[in-house]
Amino acid sequence: MHNKEIIALLLAGGQGSRLGVLTKNIAKPAVLYGGKYRIIDFSLSNCVNSDIDTVGVLTQYQPLELNAHIGIGKPWDMDRINGGVTILSPYLKAEIGEWYKGTANAVFQNIHYVDKYSPKYVVILSGDHIYKMNYSQMLDFHKANNADATISVINVPWEEANRYGIMNTQDNGKIYEFEEKPQNPKSNLASMGVYIFTWEVLKEYLIRDDQNLESAHDFGKNIIPLMLGEGRNMWAYKFSGYWRDVGTIQAYWESNMDLISRVPDFNLFDPAWKIYTPNPVKPAHYIGPTGSVKKSIVAEGCMIYGSVKNSVLFPGVYVGEGTEIVDSIIMTDSVIGSNSLIDKCIIGEGARIGNNVKMGIGENIPNELKPNLYDSGITVVGEKATVPDGCQIGKNVMIDSYITDQEFPSLNVESGKSALKGGESE
Amino acid sequence: MKSTMGIILTGGKNDRLRELSEMRSTTAVPIGGKYRVIDFVLSNMVNSGITNIGVLTQYSFRSLMDHLGSGKEWDLDRRNEGLFVFPPYLAGEHSGWYQGSADAMYHNITFLKRSYEEYVVVAQGNCVYKMLFDEMLDYHISNNADITIAYRDMRDFPEEEISYMGIMKMDDSGRVVDFKEKHKNPQSTICSMGIYILKRELLIALLEECISHGKYDFVKDVIINKLNSLNIYGYRFDGYWRNLNTINAYYRINMEMLNPEIRHQLFEEHGKVYTKVKDEPPAKYNEEAEVKNSIIADGCIIEGTVINSVLFRGVTIKRNVVVKDCIIMQDSIIEEGVDIESLIIDKNVYLSRGIKLKGMANFPITIGKNAVI
Repeated sequence: MHNKEIIALLLAGGQGSRLGVLTKNIAKPAVLYGGKYRIIDFSLSNCVNSDIDTVGVLTQYQPLELNAHIGIGKPWDMDRINGGVTILSPYLKAEIGEWYKGTANAVFQNIHYVDKYSPKYVVILSGDHIYKMNYSQMLDFHKANNADATISVINVPWEEANRYGIMNTQDNGKIYEFEEKPQNPKSNLASMGVYIFTWEVLKEYLIRDDQNLESAHDFGKNIIPLMLGEGRNMWAYKFSGYWRDVGTIQAYWESNMDLISRVPDFNLFDPAWKIYTPNPVKPAHYIGPTGSVKKSIVAEGCMIYGSVKNSVLFPGVYVGEGTEIVDSIIMTDSVIGSNSLIDKCIIGEGARIGNNVKMGIGENIPNELKPNLYDSGITVVGEKATVPDGCQIGKNVMIDSYITDQEFPSLNVESGKSALKGGESE
Repeated sequence: MKSTMGIILTGGKNDRLRELSEMRSTTAVPIGGKYRVIDFVLSNMVNSGITNIGVLTQYSFRSLMDHLGSGKEWDLDRRNEGLFVFPPYLAGEHSGWYQGSADAMYHNITFLKRSYEEYVVVAQGNCVYKMLFDEMLDYHISNNADITIAYRDMRDFPEEEISYMGIMKMDDSGRVVDFKEKHKNPQSTICSMGIYILKRELLIALLEECISHGKYDFVKDVIINKLNSLNIYGYRFDGYWRNLNTINAYYRINMEMLNPEIRHQLFEEHGKVYTKVKDEPPAKYNEEAEVKNSIIADGCIIEGTVINSVLFRGVTIKRNVVVKDCIIMQDSIIEEGVDIESLIIDKNVYLSRGIKLKGMANFPITIGKNAVI
């Protein structure tokens, strides 16, 4: 096995429970984004574009979709003889079988994978974020400082700093303190969840952390504070550019909408930093004689006979005549019937919306079952759900995945209500 | 499907396609927003379960080889068999440019001899259609035929194009009794589609016999020559089928793809159409975009008006542009204020501000690759 200078570990096990029905059957990194991609494509493409050719993807929650998506890594040119992409799921050991108990524990359980390549450095990534970043520049910074750990940070608005892990640094960028969600933040440099460690150092801390029964085995909560406390040489690497944690329905929607502005902050059209993903086998999309598309992005295989505005359409979406789609995200292979209105909705993969449906109308009342998830006026339809003809659906409505015509509670689902599969309550 | 291999003939130079085929084989001409013509026959073979396919190239094959690569996109990068591309080569006495379709196959007779499949489908690479070859093979076997040729009623073609085709006549049992190639005054519209099924061993024998008599053309010297001595049957196909042999045909095929029924036949029935992928983001429409009845590929940025047109990957249409009845290939840029109609614009063309150009539907203007106007 050839030694690698640096390898990447991509933590893709998170559920992303605040994305509600969008992550009911898939892990957050597998959620569709930007008309053709999945969230994990950004971290994976960053690796390729940073010349990192060995990536371990640590999965845990609902990994099926993710495994199928990554496959042997072909789209990212990671089907390599030496290195490439490897899916690392929790597994049974000689005596015990255990799940990943935290981010640090997940890496701890894969020490042997890393050791196989004897890298000098590892970069730990999460598959949850939308950004373009050159990790090799961060590695240069890490080396120049002779650091034990380098944490990538971004300036966040001061009023939001209490929602992040904040790095307090000296003027030169050396970290002297880390505060998780501080009440009174001293800095607005938030951790982006991108860490470069000198592997020898990290390995030692992971082994020690594993023996600490009190530990939550988490990088942010345990490893970083412990290393700081012991005076390790740790640096903050400032990133400026587009970075989003699309962890809530609203943040997810907003970040997708960022892509449709004339000159988007986040440009997918950059030939020097392409984002890779498996390409669908579908013809170029077709706009019919009655169709119209404005301020939107539209992927291959779509057939549009209605009007689409301020929206993101994934491959193979059908929009019927007389239908209006506004401010919405429509995922792969969904069919929207004729003379319907879809206003500020997220429609999951393969959903069927009937004719004469009005969706996203009425008052902005938070969802009754999950008011903290669905409160931004966005109605969300789960994958392969069917919405019958003539339905009137309000705002902040959750329509469960796989729900059928017959299971639909009523033709009038008011704002804040939910339509659950099998009528069960959650 | 019974064990069957495929041979795709890509033909020689075709001047009737003018600029489009100046630097590329006819089979590598871009079509339908993201495809090359050869994708259709190749996908048909793959969708019929054929996994041993030889592509015989001759004229300007570099673009074709670049497109086919290892055959990965068609799932033909196989450990055993898969896709083989055969350009002409120089070796021994039988070498150099192919002198005809039979000569092309004969040059690569080792490929036929080394394969083990019982049957061969021989097909042209310049045709646009979707067809599974299974049914044709069943028909071939049930007739106990030596050779089966697919045919179609070409009454939906202009007369000029029919005169380039082979006119076939069958008796009541379906046996071919007459075959006339490139007839000046065609008496019928029943024409060969250039698809043949026969046993591999028979093909080898026919090729060896043909070449030993100093003849080189598969249609003239094998099929027509053997009409009486072999059992040759016609297999009727009624679906959409076009061959790309004139610039007008090229224009028409692209425009016909705007028809939902034809799109359905080509892209939804009988399996998918595979092609080389490009990692382009989805197309982006800005506020001013007005697009009607058009095919738009990934990576386009549209701020103007596009009507009845086909836009390939990565085309940029700036503000106040009107594009009508046009075909615009990959990465071309149409600057502000341009007004164009009935144009075929090849790859990487730059149309600068305010240009106005109008061709005619039956005589579209072609703008060659990399032109700056």
